[in-house]
Amino acid sequence: MKTIAQFAIGYEQMLDAEGRACGDLPPFAQEAGAMQRMYGMMVLCRMFDAKAINLQRTGRLGTYAPCTGQEATHVGVGAAMRTEDVLCPVYREYGTQIWRGVTLTEILTYWAGDERGTNFSGPREDFPWCVPIGSQTPHAAGIAMAFKIRRQPRCALAYIGDGGTSQGAFHEAVNLAGAQQLPAVFVIVNNGWAISVPAAEQTAAQTFAQKGLGNGVPGVQVDGNDVIAVRKVTEDALALARSGGGPTVIEAVTYRLSDHTTADDATRYRPGGELEAAWQCEPLLRTRRFIEQRGWWDDAREAALRAQCTAQIDAAVLAYQSRPAASTDDMFDHLFARPPAALQDQKRIARQYGADAAH
Amino acid sequence: MPRVTLVEGINLALARALADDPDVVLVGEDIGINGGVFRATDGLQKRFGKLRVQDTPLAEGLIAGMTVGMAAQGLKVVAEIQFMGFLYPALDQIANHMARLRNRTRGRLTCPVVIRMPHGGGIHAPEHHSESLEVLLCHHAGLRVVCPSSPARGYGLLLSAIRDPDPVMFLEPTRLYRMSKQDVLDDGQGLPLDQATVLREGDDVTLVTWGAMVHETLRAAELLMQEKISCEVIDLSSLSPIDHDTILESVAHTGRLVIVHEAARHAGLGAEIAATVAEKALYDLLAPVVRVTGYDTVMPYFAQERAYIPSVGRIADAIRQTLQG
Repeated sequence: MKTIAQFAIGYEQMLDAEGRACGDLPPFAQEAGAMQRMYGMMVLCRMFDAKAINLQRTGRLGTYAPCTGQEATHVGVGAAMRTEDVLCPVYREYGTQIWRGVTLTEILTYWAGDERGTNFSGPREDFPWCVPIGSQTPHAAGIAMAFKIRRQPRCALAYIGDGGTSQGAFHEAVNLAGAQQLPAVFVIVNNGWAISVPAAEQTAAQTFAQKGLGNGVPGVQVDGNDVIAVRKVTEDALALARSGGGPTVIEAVTYRLSDHTTADDATRYRPGGELEAAWQCEPLLRTRRFIEQRGWWDDAREAALRAQCTAQIDAAVLAYQSRPAASTDDMFDHLFARPPAALQDQKRIARQYGADAAH
Repeated sequence: MPRVTLVEGINLALARALADDPDVVLVGEDIGINGGVFRATDGLQKRFGKLRVQDTPLAEGLIAGMTVGMAAQGLKVVAEIQFMGFLYPALDQIANHMARLRNRTRGRLTCPVVIRMPHGGGIHAPEHHSESLEVLLCHHAGLRVVCPSSPARGYGLLLSAIRDPDPVMFLEPTRLYRMSKQDVLDDGQGLPLDQATVLREGDDVTLVTWGAMVHETLRAAELLMQEKISCEVIDLSSLSPIDHDTILESVAHTGRLVIVHEAARHAGLGAEIAATVAEKALYDLLAPVVRVTGYDTVMPYFAQERAYIPSVGRIADAIRQTLQG
């Protein structure tokens, strides 16, 4: 039998776990400001995560999906995207969203069970968090289709988890993006776990990146705890897509250093020692080491950054806690541009009895 | 004025919408060079190009999902699901995203989408091609569900559905596609959504139906004229929301109600209509409400489909039943 097609999956890493550069660094990694900004956002995400978990534990927030451990992937992607691109997130990629202008208050408002949190003041065209797993990927393909039809040099970027790639919707979306050479990028965040199912039990595929190949779309794997490599790989994929070169599937290998959500208890299923080992590769420390080695960071800057993040988070929590109460009218007022008449009766009843819910 | 079938009326409306509005885009399986399996999109790709009349990969979930993304960017997408039995994979996207996007973003993102799909049986089609699944759609807030009963109503309602800023599920009765022709003026005029229409006025009993069953119901009304029974026939047209006012007004006049639908009886739309009449007009009723519906069986493969679809005789007997005693 002769070979008629061959495929390969590349792996990109530019910063090892000790923060040492490996290989040629892209221009942005030679700029103190760019690296400081990415590091600052990663720290903000880590600190925000701790605050949000604390708010949930003390009854001041609903179930929350933490991002600790995955900050390099989220921030690297955020830094790679352009403002005019459109993001289809899952529900824990805060680093990308905050980079794009979603506010901490909006994130908290959403996880407080309040849809007003998805009315992003910043990226007006970005999609809201997507809970039905995998179902956001066809949206990105559709958005990219709109860009293609209108000849706009913009890209859609969808996140998906390692578990999400088992959904048909993911393959359908990647397949369409390939068939129509759409300006779309799919970022698989392989954090090791789909709630309690480890990535190795999710699929026999050697990498998640290769799930693009069966759909005719190139795949690349990147160290997801290396913010430089994530940004570079994502920038390259977006540039390719923007120039008509079609979609890319990126697998960012990282680790979920938290529970799946605040309603989850990972000690039920995570093997002993794994979490501790994963902390040795976590993304913040290696980024800090890198910028320290370059002389772009020191303890004073770290203290100033943390003070600034604390102030920003505290202000966001205050704004979140002092937001006006939602009205029962909100359930009815956004269903349709032209609401059917029958809804008016139910809206009136909800107004009359809505206060009962508090008792 | 051209005399056209329902499928030709649909085609005229799609062509009109594509010509009038550069944001209108059609997507679906085999809708391009093939013109759709029922030919509803015949000639449109040739006229408007491959980007505006697109053949999609063979995946209904994708079709619904991609339209959400396209529509959120402001395109007015008209998607075709080839047969209603293939709706199920698309329901995740329709229910979880299309119907909810406006609400869950507080109006920031919207879904001006129409999903066209053939509805009902009677054309000797393969399995899974003849279902009447309107309740699966009617149960979801954020969707409009429309079902025309004639070429002219198909043309006008489809144009209004495409122009509506929210998702509209457009159910096209398969056995009406080529049943008869009607004068349809291609003037770009839409018909109002959310409204039932009285097709025939009468005094003794109100018959409420929609889609293909309008025709059996009208024939039953005609038959009963010979027995001096005067039937008022309402074509519901809008399955969600339901124009209950038109029904209640008619029941106040006739005092009797028969609901006819092809879909299964259990948890069917007839139950919703009967319940509303019971809540709001029980004392107008001179006889119990009667439903004439498909059976609570699987929609049979075509050898038995005519036995499943309510016949003129079955409808007529139900009407007679309400007039006894």
